[in-house]
Amino acid sequence: MAQITLIEAVTQALAWEMQHDPSVVVLGEDVGVNGGVFRATQGLIEKFGADRVIDTPLDETTIAGITVGLAAQGMKPVAEAQFEGFIYAMLEQIICHAARMRNRTRGRITMPAVWRAPWGGGIRAPEHHSEANEALFTNVPGLRVVLPSSPARAYGLLLASIRDPDPVIFFEPKRIYRQYKEEVPDDGEALPLDVCFVLRDGSDVTLVTWGAQVKETLEAADVLAEQGISAEVIDVATLKPLDFDTIHESVRKTGRCVIVHEAPRTAGFGAEIAARLAEHALYDLAAPVQRVTGYDTHIPLFRLEMKYLPSVEKIVAAAKRTMEVS
Amino acid sequence: MENSVSIAATFEIEYLQYLDATGKLVRDDLPAFARDTRQLVKLYQEMVMARVFDAKAIALQRTGKLGTYAPCLGHEATYMAIGSAMQEDDSFACSYREYGAQFHRGVKPRELLMYWGGDERGNDFSGPAHDFAWCVPIGTQCLHAAGSALAFKIRKEPRVAVCTIGDGGSSKADFNSALNVAGAMTLPLVAVIVNNQWAISVPRSSQTGAKTLAQKGIAAGLECIQVDGNDLLAMRAAMDHALKRARNGHGAMVIEAVTYRLSDHTTADDARRYRPEAEVKEAWDREPLRRLKAYLVSLNAWNEEDEVELKERCAKYVDAEVNAYLETRSQPVEAMFDYTYAELPDDLKTQRSEALFWDKPH
Repeated sequence: MAQITLIEAVTQALAWEMQHDPSVVVLGEDVGVNGGVFRATQGLIEKFGADRVIDTPLDETTIAGITVGLAAQGMKPVAEAQFEGFIYAMLEQIICHAARMRNRTRGRITMPAVWRAPWGGGIRAPEHHSEANEALFTNVPGLRVVLPSSPARAYGLLLASIRDPDPVIFFEPKRIYRQYKEEVPDDGEALPLDVCFVLRDGSDVTLVTWGAQVKETLEAADVLAEQGISAEVIDVATLKPLDFDTIHESVRKTGRCVIVHEAPRTAGFGAEIAARLAEHALYDLAAPVQRVTGYDTHIPLFRLEMKYLPSVEKIVAAAKRTMEVS
Repeated sequence: MENSVSIAATFEIEYLQYLDATGKLVRDDLPAFARDTRQLVKLYQEMVMARVFDAKAIALQRTGKLGTYAPCLGHEATYMAIGSAMQEDDSFACSYREYGAQFHRGVKPRELLMYWGGDERGNDFSGPAHDFAWCVPIGTQCLHAAGSALAFKIRKEPRVAVCTIGDGGSSKADFNSALNVAGAMTLPLVAVIVNNQWAISVPRSSQTGAKTLAQKGIAAGLECIQVDGNDLLAMRAAMDHALKRARNGHGAMVIEAVTYRLSDHTTADDARRYRPEAEVKEAWDREPLRRLKAYLVSLNAWNEEDEVELKERCAKYVDAEVNAYLETRSQPVEAMFDYTYAELPDDLKTQRSEALFWDKPH
């Protein structure tokens, strides 16, 4: 079985679903002959033709709006925003229409659509190409917000997102698009949405994260283990709707929690998790919840961006802070 | 060497009118549908019904029985032409006052009242399931129509998507995006700009420097026409032409329907604040019902007795619909949760129970 990268897993999932469901179409800028600027749609136009792999005019509003129209007429569109920083022009169509269509029509019109976007910093990209804007979407009723963190989860969660009858924002951590390979059977098996994945069992502290930061968080768990601290690592994967039970269960066991995300801290999605821990798990906690996040600034241009992002060192330090109180 | 001017492109916009403001024919090339007088009478009756409904809805709002309502007074010919020209399996993406077109397509007045009366069930209407619900975010519906048209094209279905937009909405990105993508992809789309001269308080002249709104489609490579939107015959002829060429794979068309909003923008608006009474008075001379009636009378197809009888029939029908609306009980509190997702996520189940708890007397 071939070993593939996260970006190849995205392509593999798109190809599988297009092969097995004729209502699936892919649309966006440069998704056709060019195969996408990251090559996520490479080879699809040759296999499925220009009717189903659609190069749109260079206009995010168009992509988002016709996606709503396609979905309303029974297609399953998978739209690509070339970068997460270009998704803002899509917001009105996503928020005012895609997210609320089922609700406002009492189920008459539904939106089985996916908006994919490369997401996050750390690839020395130009301005507007490195955002972590997932929290803009987690506040929108009717959406699912999904962030895979490995090739296998990219494959399984993208299949699940396309098959889901409701709109999904699918952010792909571009920093780890090609970071490593793993075996991903091309068997059409979806992974469950709306659940967290416990990637590593531990008993002293719970590290909660998603997207590219899963890598640093797992490395931090290794460092902590060397120092005799047992860290449990949770990949949230579906941010909305949140599987808080898995996080709560872990914190009940460890009594400590560090939330790691690269988005700005204030009203970042970590704030929601911390608030729920305060509401439901305060008496399970042996120490205050810690957050390791981007700062409340714009992510800097790339000479400074690694100083902005969470790091293994910052995560280890936060975990140790929780251990100091007991 | 002679420096002659080379022309890269030129355009002109045709203006179409069959009936002048007094109901007199100004062209002798009547299209086939217009020679069917019984059909014209039927469409006239539906236009009158839309107007009777409109007046009733405003009265309901004024007496606290309806929320904010967007009237359709003055637009009846444009909407009737759109509704009657479309086929059942075409898709309609309207803004929020295209009632005549929607009634023709099967939407019930009681459903419309439900929407403006604060109940989402109005959007689950009896019109075609592939028609979009009322669209408040200006212009966004145009891209829904373009996406629908793309779906029809991909599936090789002989269907057309129709959208309507106001003169103000023609300034929006989504409208221009829709025309652009329709031209780039040769989509079966008909975009009707209902130019009623006023976007709430801002006049047509403040929206754009372009001489016509129809010409906005020229840049997208579309066929464009300006039509007397108060003339049912001209509007219907333009719609028939646009739908036919779109259905036959010849691409999208823009129709600018020149009409006038005889009412306030909505019941929350007071148009006296921004437009002169004289302009409105003058616009009444060009309104759509009077001229069609005069034309039908001139053909001996209609008379005052018919008119009286029709208005009574409309009032009765509208009253029955209003009663049906008023008798519809509110949805239970959990309805706000139950259509958010296909299946209620666990995360929302807790909040649903919370809403049920607070809904009980304590």
